[in-house]
Amino acid sequence: MALERDKHTAQRALLTLHEAQLLELYRRMVLIRQFEEKTAEMYARGKITGFCHLYAGEEAVAVGAIYALYDKDYVVSTYREHGHCLAKGADPKVVMAELFGKVTGISKGRGGSMHLFDQDLRFMGGYAIVGGGLPIATGLGLSVQYNEGPEVVCCFFGDGALPQGAFHESLNMASLWKLPVVFVCENNFYGMGTLVQNAICQEELYRFAQPYKMPGVRVDGMDVLEVYGATMEAVARAREGDGPSLIEAVTYRFRGHSMSDPVEYRSKREERIWQERDPIKNLRRKLTVERHVAEGRLGEIEAEVARQIDDAVKFADESPEPSVEELGKGVYAGS
Amino acid sequence: MARISYREALNAALREELDRDERVFIMGEEVGYFGGAFKVTDGLLAVYGEKRVRDTPISELTIVGAGVGAAMGGLKPVVELMTINFGLLAMDQIVNHAAKIHYMFGGKATVPIVIRAPQGGGHQLGAQHSQSLEAYFLHCPGLRVVIPATPADAKGLLKTAIRQTDPVIFLEHESLYGVKGEVPEDNDFLVPFGQAAVLREGKDVTIVAYSKCVYDALSAAEALENAGIDAEVIDLRTLNPLDIQTVVASIKKTGKAIVAYEGWRTGGAGAEIASRIYEAAFDDLDAPVERVASLDTPMPYNAKLEHAVLPSAGDIVKVAEQMM
Repeated sequence: MALERDKHTAQRALLTLHEAQLLELYRRMVLIRQFEEKTAEMYARGKITGFCHLYAGEEAVAVGAIYALYDKDYVVSTYREHGHCLAKGADPKVVMAELFGKVTGISKGRGGSMHLFDQDLRFMGGYAIVGGGLPIATGLGLSVQYNEGPEVVCCFFGDGALPQGAFHESLNMASLWKLPVVFVCENNFYGMGTLVQNAICQEELYRFAQPYKMPGVRVDGMDVLEVYGATMEAVARAREGDGPSLIEAVTYRFRGHSMSDPVEYRSKREERIWQERDPIKNLRRKLTVERHVAEGRLGEIEAEVARQIDDAVKFADESPEPSVEELGKGVYAGS
Repeated sequence: MARISYREALNAALREELDRDERVFIMGEEVGYFGGAFKVTDGLLAVYGEKRVRDTPISELTIVGAGVGAAMGGLKPVVELMTINFGLLAMDQIVNHAAKIHYMFGGKATVPIVIRAPQGGGHQLGAQHSQSLEAYFLHCPGLRVVIPATPADAKGLLKTAIRQTDPVIFLEHESLYGVKGEVPEDNDFLVPFGQAAVLREGKDVTIVAYSKCVYDALSAAEALENAGIDAEVIDLRTLNPLDIQTVVASIKKTGKAIVAYEGWRTGGAGAEIASRIYEAAFDDLDAPVERVASLDTPMPYNAKLEHAVLPSAGDIVKVAEQMM
């Protein structure tokens, strides 16, 4: 359950963050939503192919958690990572170009939707093996500790990763060595089409923190301020050298597992209930009602993002494809 | 030069590289207080401390994965897998992650990790502790595969592995740790990847080998000499990159080739080497390329049976004589 403390943290964030900060949270969520909607459209038009997993509905998790980080902090992600990459500051142009398979893409057209990466942004990659990012995040945490650096590693993964050995090994190792890692589990209730309760003996996922001797908290993943508040606490703990934390953000993906998923395993009623809890509408309501932000200001942000997305599509569309002659290069460093 | 064992040569390489580069650290099961299951890291903990010689839990997947992450974070991890058999638990991080990261992220990330692992049979350790799995890694683009036979190469290749930037699978043979040889003491003694060594010159048949089979090949060459057959012995030293030119140059002279290796015969590195020979030197061959390898069975415990499974000098001699 969402703890009372986290509701308070969220309320405090709403009241204490500057308006510009709140609008930035709003902007980032709108950016991800519009990016994903445009991605679906481009997929339907055949501009994007292959596996493509959209993040619409889960924006509050990426945006809330990453807003609690400094630029130098690391993010490790999954194959549903457009949102994390954009929230970490990637230019939508190079992300869209990657989805289009273009040489101007963030991974030069070699990665695709599931393998975005930017060393400068410390966005350390989308990994498409469930649970694969957790050991890598643990190792990045080890490198920070080794260098006595101030950075923190924020590692996103889905509920589907919990039964993987990599999850348990990584939490054990990170806790054993007090590594500065914040493990953020995006519980969207389904590992592909399998309900959490059909896959995991303990469906209150944050409780897996306890055997690994770290704080575990379940937050409302549809509330960006709640995610932000919980991550701030976990990040502070990690930065102090007190070790990792596990955050379970309860969320919902508005679309299927991937673009090829007709979503026959869940009811329309369930989907409607969660759409009512849309994280963007949620923040919009709070901003207009409790912080008296003018509707028009939010509309301006949306229009500005829409222009940015249009530019991204144009850039991606007009960019060249990678050359076939170069494809054998870069299998090894320096080759 | 010093006359030291393969084990001591590896230990010296680790010490020198730990001294040379602050980013280098060792991580694995039993590498610290125990000194390594095969004592390769013996004495290092006392000198370099727990930060740089780190004992881990038994979690092969995350030992390697954490090494990958640490490498991406700017360190130079040397990860020890207690044996390659246990390394199979880490295949996801080796094949899906370490081998892919540089390429799939558009060349912007590097993973300078060295994964050391003992392998091989001959000690009655049974089916799950006696495998030679170099072919699994040779198959995968993005990995370097290094497999030294001599103490000098063990040292020089390990130092090269630590200093370069690709993920390296560094395979040591469990039977070789006690083998002694002359090893340069120079701190910058490096053996480059992709250069096979001609250990014995001959004109009648080329025996291509690596790891422990190099010694079998040398014994076989001696035995063949008594039978009037002059064998050339080549130690490949690294399988990726693979120095096929040295092999081809030898075959141009001998016209015959035997590939000797301890992996299973089917789908082993020998099949790849034989194919490369056919592609590059078909017209120079007087006979089909022969393979001397392990029988295609899980390793039995019984000593007599194990001996029958493993390739030997005698097997090489027999095959060479049949080729003449």
